[in-house]
Amino acid sequence: MKQDTDMNRRRFLGQAAAAAGLTVAPGVMLYEVQARPADQAATSKQRWGMLIDTSKCSTGCTDCVTACKTEHGWGSTETKSNAEQQAQWIRKVKLTDKQTGHVQSLPLMCQHCETPPCVDVCPTGASMKRADGIVLVDKHICIGCRYCMMACPYKARSFIHEPLMNQKPHAPRGMGTVESCTLCVHRVDNDGIPACVESCNAKGHKAMYFGDLHDPNSEISKRLKEFGGEQIRADLGLNTGVRYQGL
Amino acid sequence: MYLPRYIKQLVGILGVSLLLALPLTSQAGDLLPSIPKGKGDKCVEPTADMRINHMEYILHQRDDTMRRGIRTSKHSLKECIECHNAPAKDGKVARVGNKEHFCSSCHIYSAVKVDCFECHTDKPENAQYRHAVKGNH
Repeated sequence: MKQDTDMNRRRFLGQAAAAAGLTVAPGVMLYEVQARPADQAATSKQRWGMLIDTSKCSTGCTDCVTACKTEHGWGSTETKSNAEQQAQWIRKVKLTDKQTGHVQSLPLMCQHCETPPCVDVCPTGASMKRADGIVLVDKHICIGCRYCMMACPYKARSFIHEPLMNQKPHAPRGMGTVESCTLCVHRVDNDGIPACVESCNAKGHKAMYFGDLHDPNSEISKRLKEFGGEQIRADLGLNTGVRYQGL
Repeated sequence: MYLPRYIKQLVGILGVSLLLALPLTSQAGDLLPSIPKGKGDKCVEPTADMRINHMEYILHQRDDTMRRGIRTSKHSLKECIECHNAPAKDGKVARVGNKEHFCSSCHIYSAVKVDCFECHTDKPENAQYRHAVKGNH
């Protein structure tokens, strides 16, 4: 079959490109070569995911939250909203074990579920999962009913209550629509990594990893295979794209 | 109201021709839109085509980008703004709602409400942004 031949050829080219990628030591790649041309749609060959090592995530550090605010322009823009109404794409959560007093800290955002409850309940199709697993709100057809906010077990979504100005060109946001973590889809489509992961690594914390869960050779897949990764509310069976270690 | 596409285009062409012809008359005054010039040599489609069909192009690109992750720049609203809402010489950028804004200049005149800028920004991210449109890219 021609399609199979093409697939094999593509895979070979991909491996050849990976071999030609920047290598600092055997098996250690500085970045993964997986460019998708701008005119091609995202496919289910990839599933983007994130891994958070809670043992390296310190209480009080909010570098990931700050990076997200800067990247997408939320937080300081909703001046008329009260604290409960203000947007929150990512937040730091502190867990204290009452028995032992052990404290853990972790960032919580949209978990990019394989079977997202927000998509199930959306009456218009605005709440959607892209082919590569990124869960998004299509604000063009969002009617602001907020069913998805009620359905999300992670309280990951926010509703904009007031008119906004001066949005970032890559992050349109507006009154009457729901929004949440986009896994920095504009960066991912450009072969980048989410702003929170970039900031966490750049500041030397190295608590966050981003990559393709379908690629067994990606760093995130290798780490998940070796050390495992827990889902928050695994009992719901949502198969989240964001996994945690050390919970 | 449903009208065949060619009728719509004909009405559009007549409308545009009228707009172009009117400035030649002495009574034109300040009522007519003064459309700011884009930065490149030419637009991504012929000007007459863009005047009639720009909303179709943007709508199509919107779904491709949002739902499928296709990020070509040819018909993207972001690129429209980058090219057509250039900052003035004093560095000021026209905001939507002012007649100086490329989109608003016509939309205010024709009283057609445009919703894009409820969510999308109405100005380029980088005020110094410059690029030339090269043919049909």
